[in-house]
Amino acid sequence: MDRFLFTFFNGEVMWEYLPKILSGMWVTTYLAAFVIATGLALGLLLAVLRSTLSQKMPAPLSWLAEALRLLIIFFVDVMRSVPPLVLIVLFFYGLPALGLDIAGLGATWLALSLVLAAFAEEIYWAGLIAVAKGQWEAARSTGLGFLQTLIYVVLPQAIRLTVPPLTNRTIAITKGTALGQVVAVQEILYQAYSGLSFSSNPSPLTLGALAYLVLFLPVVVAGRWIETRFAWRR
Amino acid sequence: MAAAGRHILDVRGLHKSFGTLAVLKGIDFRLRERELAFVIGPSGSGKSTFLRCCNRLEEPTSGSIHVDGTDILAPGVDINAVRRRIGMVFQSFNLYPHMTALGNVTLALRLASRKSKAEALEIGRAALARVGLAHKAQAHPGELSGGQQQRVAIARALALEPKIVLFDEPTSALDPELVGSVLQVMRDLRETGMTMLVVSHELQFARAAADRVVFMEDGVIVEQGPPEQVFGAPQQARTRAFVARIDGHR
Repeated sequence: MDRFLFTFFNGEVMWEYLPKILSGMWVTTYLAAFVIATGLALGLLLAVLRSTLSQKMPAPLSWLAEALRLLIIFFVDVMRSVPPLVLIVLFFYGLPALGLDIAGLGATWLALSLVLAAFAEEIYWAGLIAVAKGQWEAARSTGLGFLQTLIYVVLPQAIRLTVPPLTNRTIAITKGTALGQVVAVQEILYQAYSGLSFSSNPSPLTLGALAYLVLFLPVVVAGRWIETRFAWRR
Repeated sequence: MAAAGRHILDVRGLHKSFGTLAVLKGIDFRLRERELAFVIGPSGSGKSTFLRCCNRLEEPTSGSIHVDGTDILAPGVDINAVRRRIGMVFQSFNLYPHMTALGNVTLALRLASRKSKAEALEIGRAALARVGLAHKAQAHPGELSGGQQQRVAIARALALEPKIVLFDEPTSALDPELVGSVLQVMRDLRETGMTMLVVSHELQFARAAADRVVFMEDGVIVEQGPPEQVFGAPQQARTRAFVARIDGHR
C-alpha cells in the first residue's frame, strides 16, 4: 500500500509539478474553447450551406450546387473516418511542407475543429431534416424567403433537437485536446508526461487525471443541464 | 350570391405530373371576388395538388394561373410577394412550435411585409381577435387545442390581408367537437367578403355556406355548380356516385 501511494500519490513530486500541470490546464482550456467555437460554427455553416444547395434551382446552377453538395458530404465523411491523431500529425508535418507554417497548437486546433465540424454538420443536418416539411410550407406560404424560413422557423427547432447529441460530441472532441501532446502542445497530458519522465514517478499523471476531472466533470454536468433545459416545452 | 366581380383566381389548362404520374389533367377554374368555392372529390383526385399549385407550393407542369391579375407562373415573378397575397391554411395547422400565437401571426408581417414591430403587433393582435383568440396571444401552440391552433393558423394567414385564402382540409385533423369553432371562423370570414377556395369533406358546411361546389376526380373537374345542384341534382354519373357514397356514410 505504501508503495502504491509512493508511486501514484507522491506528495513531493505532485507539489513540484503542480505549476506545470496548472499551466497545462490553461492551455487545454483555451484550446478546447477555440475548438468548440470554430467546430460548432463551421459545422452549422456547412449544414446550412448543404440545405441551401439541396434546393431546386435551374439547370446550369443546379449542377454546380450538386457538385458543392457532394463535396461537403465527402469532406464530412472523410473527417469522420480519419482518427483525429492522424490529422494532427498530418497537419503538423504536412502543412509546413506546403509552405504553411503551423505550430503544434495550430495543427491540433485545426484538426480537432475540422473533425468536430464534420460531426456537428451531420448532427445539424439530421436536425434540419427532422423538422416537418409543413413548417417550410407554412412559412413559405406567408411569403418568407428560403433563408428567412431556415433562420427563423426551421433552425431554432432543429437546434433544439441537436443539443443532446452535440453536447456529447463536443465533450468527446474537447478531451481530444490531449492528442496535441504528440506535437508538443503543452497541455495537461504533455506536462504530466514530461513530469513523469523527469521524476521517474507517475504521480504527475495522477495529477493530470485529476486536472482533466476538474476541467471536464463540470462540462459533462453542464451538458446534462443543457439537455434537460432544451427539452421540448410543448 | 357571387354576382359580378373580377376574378381573383384564374386557372387555365393546369397540368401537374409527378414523374410519369399525371395528377392534374387540365384544370380550368375561375373564382370571383368574395366567392367561396368548395372542392370535393375522392382521395387521390388531385384536389390538394390543385390547391397547392395556386401558390406554387407545387410547381405546375403546364398551364397558367393568375391571382388578382398577376401571372404567378411568369418567369422572374416575385413569388414571395405573390404568396403574401394568398393565405393558406393547412390540415395539420403547421404553427411554429417555438413561438407564441402572436409570434406565429406576426413573423411574416415583420420579415415579409417589413412592418415595424409596433405595427406588426397591432395587426397581429387584431387578427387573433378576429378568430376569437385575443386572450391566447402569449400561448405556445402546444398549450392550445387543435381547434385553437387552426384558428391561430387562420389568423396568421389573415394578418397579411390576402386577396384569397386557400384551405387544405382545415378540419380533417380535428376532433369532431372542435370542428365547429373553425367552421364558425370560416363563416365569419365569408361575411366579411373574403374570397376562399376550400378543399374539405365538410359537406354539410359546403351545402350551407358555399357559393359553388366543384367535384374533382382523376385530375379533372367533373362538375361544378351551386351546392343545391351538385348535391341535389348532379348532372354527371360520377358525381352522383360520389355524393351517394358520401351520404350513405352519414
